[in-house]
Amino acid sequence: MEPKPQQNECGCDCQPQSDRSNSARLTPFPMAPPVPKPSKKEEDADIPCCGPPAGPKSSPDERPGYILCHFVERFLSTPAGAVPVVKTALDRKDTIGTVLTRIGIGRNDYKVAPGLYGVGAPDADSPVLVTANYKLSFDALRKELSGINAWILVLDTRGINVWCAAGKRNFSTEEVSDRVRGAGLDRVVNHRKLILPQLSAIGVSARAIKKSCGFEALFGPVRAEDLKRFLQNGMKADDFMRRVTFTLKERVELIPVEIAMLWKPAGWILPAAFFLSGIGPGIFSLSRAWNGMLAIGAGLLMGVLSGGVAAPILLPWLPGRAFAVKGAVTGGIFGLILLGLVPALGWAKGAGLFLFILAISAYQSMNFTGSTPFTSPSGVEKEMRRAIPLLAGAVLISALLWVGSAF
Amino acid sequence: MKDFRYLTDVSTLALDKEICVGCGLCETVCPHGVMRLNGKKAEIIDPDGCMECGACDTNCPVQAVRVTPGVGCAAYIIQTWIRGKENASCGDVNCC
Ligand code: SF4
Ligand code: SF4
Repeated sequence: MEPKPQQNECGCDCQPQSDRSNSARLTPFPMAPPVPKPSKKEEDADIPCCGPPAGPKSSPDERPGYILCHFVERFLSTPAGAVPVVKTALDRKDTIGTVLTRIGIGRNDYKVAPGLYGVGAPDADSPVLVTANYKLSFDALRKELSGINAWILVLDTRGINVWCAAGKRNFSTEEVSDRVRGAGLDRVVNHRKLILPQLSAIGVSARAIKKSCGFEALFGPVRAEDLKRFLQNGMKADDFMRRVTFTLKERVELIPVEIAMLWKPAGWILPAAFFLSGIGPGIFSLSRAWNGMLAIGAGLLMGVLSGGVAAPILLPWLPGRAFAVKGAVTGGIFGLILLGLVPALGWAKGAGLFLFILAISAYQSMNFTGSTPFTSPSGVEKEMRRAIPLLAGAVLISALLWVGSAF
Repeated sequence: MKDFRYLTDVSTLALDKEICVGCGLCETVCPHGVMRLNGKKAEIIDPDGCMECGACDTNCPVQAVRVTPGVGCAAYIIQTWIRGKENASCGDVNCC
């Protein structure tokens, strides 16, 4: 059988990789392939068959098997080999990556290769800044370094940010020491100092680092944006640089992922709502089930918006210390709003839906403790021991009201 | 943090002044200003501000300041209830 050159969507003769291997398998005698004479188009196979004209030539820095990172400006030769010098301005690719990561897409694999990088025109006396290999941490650092000459030592924190990696001991004393040795840092710089982000102190002991690799570890500011001032101050951090904050901006950045979590519980709450709503005297009513599911779905949405958006934004102004209380307050308001929009529910269903929204909102808000930099695990556990039974009770009562209203 | 306060009297933070050598590292590494060096000894000046991150414990050269560190994350704590401390992990996207 003769493999026929297939036409693909773009209407030309070039074939996708899979088709090519397929035709090779179908060819009985590879020595004399009965392939028709390649057309003009096939000979030029290295130009894209469709779309815009070919892009620029390969950079001389490219190596087979590696991908040149778009944030690398040039390479600097050092006694420990070539070191990439990175840009301090973020481009469109960085921004798209940030947005996707913020909404939870590809978040688990957004990282840069660990090792030594440079910024500006670093020399043997330039400071060494240590950071995590989560791309957002790396970007946050380099974008604050315009006009500064420094080395950046990126650790393998498995693509996790500084704070969480330090908590999990991926940003650890051993990782710092190994990376310092691996990068040949003692051949690149004359001094013996590392500047670590303050939040890494959870996982690294400055004394142990000194002991194991000979470098003195200084804890720099919590936020990369204070680094310039820290360096200008002769590597001294003031109280302000040492304190974590939780500004409106920092809270808002966490919201998209909070909402993305809606889909998981919706997968079982909605079918359950459908089933419960259909129960009634006589036969299972499909229309009642459908309408009930829509109402509960709206309630779920309200609860998540309330606990996952409103509560984080209003956090400092909501009453109560416990997050469940804060979430219940916003949940009450959102519940009343929904009942105002859907007045024809009747008291039992209305009360049930209200309780449901309250519980979802309180739970969602309590989950936000995982993203805040001031909630202690002992506190969260204490809060949960009290809140979880109450919330479970509220959901149960709400379900009973909902089903009971049909009889 | 002065504008964000969580539950009071819950932190496991404890300081043994007897063995403190007054190096001041705990004050340096604490992101909430909980510890302060007063003369030759450290002091806990704001116990309710502590988030139990463990930075002071990790860095104290003589283990004078101790805390049970962990993540204050509801999803994680539920897992420790269900599966026990060793197997708990929060696969939650929002969490660390
Ligand atoms: S555990 Fe963390 S927040 Fe608490 S005192 Fe120590 S360094 Fe400060
Ligand atoms: S780190 Fe330890 S020894 Fe140093 S001041 Fe604090 S408690 Fe004292």
